[in-house]
Amino acid sequence: MAHLNLFAFGIYPYIAIAIMVLGSWIRYDREQYTWKTSSSQLLESKQLRKGSIAFHIGILGIFLGHFAGLLMPKELWYLFGITSAMKQMIAIVAGGIFGLICFYGLTILIKRRLFNPRIRATSNPMDIAILLLLYAQLILGLLSIFVSVGHLDGQEMLKLMAWAQNTVTFNSVAAAESISSVHWIFKLHVFLGMTLFVVFPFSRLVHMLSVPVQYISRQHQIVRQRFVR
Amino acid sequence: MKVRAQIGMVLNLDKCIGCHTCSITCKNVWTSREGVEYAWFNNVETKPGIGFPKEWENQQKWNGGWVRQNGKLQLKIGGKRRILANIFANPDLPEIDDYYEPFDFDYQHLHNVGDTKHQPVARPRSLISGQRMEKIEWGPNWEEILGTEFEKRKKDTNFNEVVQKDIYGQFEKTFMMYLPRLCEHCLNPACVAACPSGAIYKREEDGIVLIDQDKCRGWRMCVSACPYKKIYYNWKSGKSEKCTFCFPRIEAGQPTTCSETCVGRIRYLGVLLYDADRIESAASVANEKDLYQAQLDIFLDPHDPAVIAAARAEGISDNWIKAAQRSPVYMMAMDWKVALPLHPEYRTLPMVWYVPPLSPIQSAVQAGHVGMNGEIPDLKSLRIPLRYLANMLTAGDEAPVVRALERMIAMRAFKRSQQVDGVEDLDVLKQVGLNAVQVEEMYRYMALANYEDRFVIPTSHRAYAENAYDLKSSCGFTFGNGCGDGNNDVNLFGTKAKGVRQVIPVELKD
Repeated sequence: MAHLNLFAFGIYPYIAIAIMVLGSWIRYDREQYTWKTSSSQLLESKQLRKGSIAFHIGILGIFLGHFAGLLMPKELWYLFGITSAMKQMIAIVAGGIFGLICFYGLTILIKRRLFNPRIRATSNPMDIAILLLLYAQLILGLLSIFVSVGHLDGQEMLKLMAWAQNTVTFNSVAAAESISSVHWIFKLHVFLGMTLFVVFPFSRLVHMLSVPVQYISRQHQIVRQRFVR
Repeated sequence: MKVRAQIGMVLNLDKCIGCHTCSITCKNVWTSREGVEYAWFNNVETKPGIGFPKEWENQQKWNGGWVRQNGKLQLKIGGKRRILANIFANPDLPEIDDYYEPFDFDYQHLHNVGDTKHQPVARPRSLISGQRMEKIEWGPNWEEILGTEFEKRKKDTNFNEVVQKDIYGQFEKTFMMYLPRLCEHCLNPACVAACPSGAIYKREEDGIVLIDQDKCRGWRMCVSACPYKKIYYNWKSGKSEKCTFCFPRIEAGQPTTCSETCVGRIRYLGVLLYDADRIESAASVANEKDLYQAQLDIFLDPHDPAVIAAARAEGISDNWIKAAQRSPVYMMAMDWKVALPLHPEYRTLPMVWYVPPLSPIQSAVQAGHVGMNGEIPDLKSLRIPLRYLANMLTAGDEAPVVRALERMIAMRAFKRSQQVDGVEDLDVLKQVGLNAVQVEEMYRYMALANYEDRFVIPTSHRAYAENAYDLKSSCGFTFGNGCGDGNNDVNLFGTKAKGVRQVIPVELKD
């Protein structure tokens, strides 16, 4: 069991991140034509507007929350006068709100993808798989709130923070140990999260690396030369 | 002054017979693929009508093109921040039904049906969902030759401020004209400005606007921003596609496919030199009716020594300058002023121009229905309302349309008197401000329309710019990954295997 724990939480994260980085790199380099949002709005707009906006707002909130919550050292939180218990409450409330927004949007998107004949016919297996994976991950995350309510002191959360911070500082054994005693829902959530990293370069998720921030500062018109003189 | 060159196009609507050869040859070359079945880089509309996609000219509905705000240009779909804010779901995107649901027929059924009591039919099936379509309700050319009720067609925004537009629903009063449409390859393209990825660009050498298929991420803002709705989202590849102005042909000095195959010989291609520094000021003049003149003002005279020197300084080669000097597009737009831009009020400075149609007028004149204004008929009593043409071609200003039509009538009157009566009717020319030499040229270009006069396209210097040795044995066309098309059966990255969709199972019988 300890070996399995070490693999799942000490080694698998590195495999996952390696696949994500290398896979994305190769895809961007070799198959950039496939690098896209894969929008299906042309075929169905109304449900997409309802679902997509809510889904994206929710998931961005969740993503930023996880980033800040897991990777910021607890000392930094204490510096701002936020105790572990307070941070646990913030996580439950903010995560819950964004999680529910995301859940609302994702439910619409999945219903649309599976039951709208035009969308279903033009979906590839990964389009459906990625939605279901995200749905499972989101539901696990929302369920974990009920577990967290039993640990309002934030001790359970500290273990997860230790896992994340040990992972990014390459203490894989310590990382696996620090997570070994948390509730299985958290473990499954973390494992599935790493699996999303694995799937990332093979799915439409890559579009999030192409957020067009440079558009804001760009001039309107673009002129290119066909032949470099 | 920053001189740039562009290959422009003029379509002589007076001679368009609405045969759709341009659309079909374009389709066969460029969009006969899954994902763009519904897309027509070139289509021919019968006007008046709402067109393709539905009501594309109604910018209250689609928010295409530019608007002037506090003296500055802004995209009608919104500023950059609003565009990014709408990136999760574009509020101004037409749906497939605004174009039409592409379909095919179960032809195989006719072969396989066997003995039946009734005559078998090939029923339609959707090319998107593969499902049976009980009724086809819209298509790329649904209004062909005034198909559909006038009640629906009168939504055409060119009817704005046309007096008593309802009378044109009467059979005796009705009128029609053809409008072939393609990408305008604008000087101030809204699609380029709206692309969050920066994938769309205008080529410096020939002004062709293209989408970099590798860089396109499918944010779909270009589809909304283009007021002509000439960018199509490929639902299969997830990328936007548009008219390429057949750039591989243009580079080789050949006309575009639509121009080459035009049966009525209505299309003209030629070089225009323009001042790139004045694009913004021309596109942002206060009064919409001044936009036509503003665009004329930034075109440069290719015979002017100062322009030639400036063009050479920009690296424009002598064969391009020579081509500009005998450009049919320049003659029709600038010298004779018979060609006019399509919807200049969108402020994109379009570069595909149109000669307004005259034919219905001529037939009315012959029947003796039209009053005369001096030597030529009074255009006020014509079948196609002037205001309708003006709304389409000059942002509502009737004067340039009148001038173009009168000059064409004068040309006919002059040639008729010359050929039939053996006299030179110079009075009719004087009335429209032309001389005999000009009219002979107009006649040569517009009536005879020889191939060499219609298409004056300088070749690019690809052989000098690229190392031909490196190109040996390489792919003719690739998406940047060697010879792969990013769509292989065994693709690691999850694209669907491409293949033929069998709409009905084939049953073989003895």
